[in-house]
Amino acid sequence: MKYILMMNTMKAGHGVPNWPPKDLQAHIAFMIKTNKDLRASGELVSAEGLAFPDQAKLVRAGKNGVPITDGVFPESKEFLAGYWIVDVDSPERAYAIAAAVSAAPGPGGQPLNMPIEVRQVMSGPPPEML
Amino acid sequence: MSKSWDANSEHLLRELAPQVLGVIARRFRDFVSAEDAVQEAMIAAFTQWPREGIPDNPRGWLIQVASRRMADQLRSAIARRERETEVARDTETEAATIDLESDMDPDDTLILLFMCCHPALTSSSAIALTLRAVGGLTTAEIANAFLVPEATMAQRISRAKQSIKASSVPFRLPSVTERAERLRAVLHVLYLIFSEGYTSSVGAQLQRLDLAREAIRLTRGMKDLLPDDAEVAGLLALMLLTDARRAARTGGEEDLIPLDKQDRALWDRGEIAEGIGLLTAALSRGPVGLYQLQASIAAVHDEASRAEDTDWPQILALYELLMRVSPGPMVTLNHAIAAAMVHGASKGLELLKTLDSDSRIAGHYRLDAVRGHLHEMLGDVENASRHYRIAATRTTNVPERNYLMTKAARLQEQ
Repeated sequence: MKYILMMNTMKAGHGVPNWPPKDLQAHIAFMIKTNKDLRASGELVSAEGLAFPDQAKLVRAGKNGVPITDGVFPESKEFLAGYWIVDVDSPERAYAIAAAVSAAPGPGGQPLNMPIEVRQVMSGPPPEML
Repeated sequence: MSKSWDANSEHLLRELAPQVLGVIARRFRDFVSAEDAVQEAMIAAFTQWPREGIPDNPRGWLIQVASRRMADQLRSAIARRERETEVARDTETEAATIDLESDMDPDDTLILLFMCCHPALTSSSAIALTLRAVGGLTTAEIANAFLVPEATMAQRISRAKQSIKASSVPFRLPSVTERAERLRAVLHVLYLIFSEGYTSSVGAQLQRLDLAREAIRLTRGMKDLLPDDAEVAGLLALMLLTDARRAARTGGEEDLIPLDKQDRALWDRGEIAEGIGLLTAALSRGPVGLYQLQASIAAVHDEASRAEDTDWPQILALYELLMRVSPGPMVTLNHAIAAAMVHGASKGLELLKTLDSDSRIAGHYRLDAVRGHLHEMLGDVENASRHYRIAATRTTNVPERNYLMTKAARLQEQ
């Protein structure tokens, strides 16, 4: 069964770029190791980090479907920073991976304990085969 | 090189894979490396044979190539450790001169199946390893079938082999005392491969490997190896009788067509006849097991030329037997549906109540989908659409969710 693990972080400015170099490097190394471990366990489907939201646009269709773009999201406090899609044997395993990611090191090497949203990807069996 | 490559050649090549692996694994007493070597030989054959033609002795060709890989691996391992090239040279000469055919054992494929479906493995690992080692599929094809990257699938297979190595399973058939239990594990893995194929056959996914067909091919092979086993025959029958409805179960795009709405003219008569033949022979053979019963139920559906001709009392009786042979919440659920068809929807709803306290199924979308259906049968539109909606929020199958949402929306329109 496949799950998506979505990592939300606080708005840019309060986030990662302002950490001391040592802490930043520890954080980056942790993320690289996480991906390496998930690949080695045969569970990684895909993982992507997203660009910082400063340049993000909100797009709506205007008249005749012409795109209307808004600047940065003014109200939101949290942004999707990246995600993993994993193929695991149980929901518990997906939660365990999410908890490990949540505890990524932050400033001073302290675990961040970020909220990770875990959602199942639609890939269940059809009713006849249950 | 004599024969040219044609439509059957790929099939031949895949059939040879487990036979070759058996020879190499036994000769070098190393299943893990042997499996890699055979995979490399298979990939070499897939590139060379279509271009250059099929060798006169295809099995011998594969054994030669795989043995050479094994010798190469041994040589580099030894060179790394001891720089003793003499030993490696001996091994290589020996590998090249072995009497290839005398090393064959008719039980090899069966031994491999038991090994790849060892209970120590998780089902996803067992499935991947079975498809590669016994099915002769490449890692890329398996990865594609499960929509995961090739590197991920390669790691999954490699880890599965490491667990087999760690549990030091000998390369031989399981003992008589373990046999029945180990056979159940093999049949379950084959069933899961089929079911995965059935899941992914919905919608426009033509580029994906057809796992349902692969499962049928592997089970057919197993039936040849164990012709007297009634459950092996039962499982093959179940697959054929289910697969027969393939063309009728989906509409244009991703919409799922339930059994009672399918165009039965599209059902594959050949598969139905073969399934029923297998089942009839199996049922006369002895104790009736889980797969024979499920196949019997599929057969009753397949034999009705219109949905309203379905022999529900017989299906109900079969579910009652199944509840005794292999009890579980899904069986209870399906039994309740059959009871509703025979004794009315209220009877079905009453039977479903027992499942609310069963943690294995309480909250499962299927329970709500069935309740929706039974309320709809009673003309209770409000409760029917409420249950369909709950089911739609809980299912993890896209066509099923679309179906349930549409059901709820149509009822509310009335």
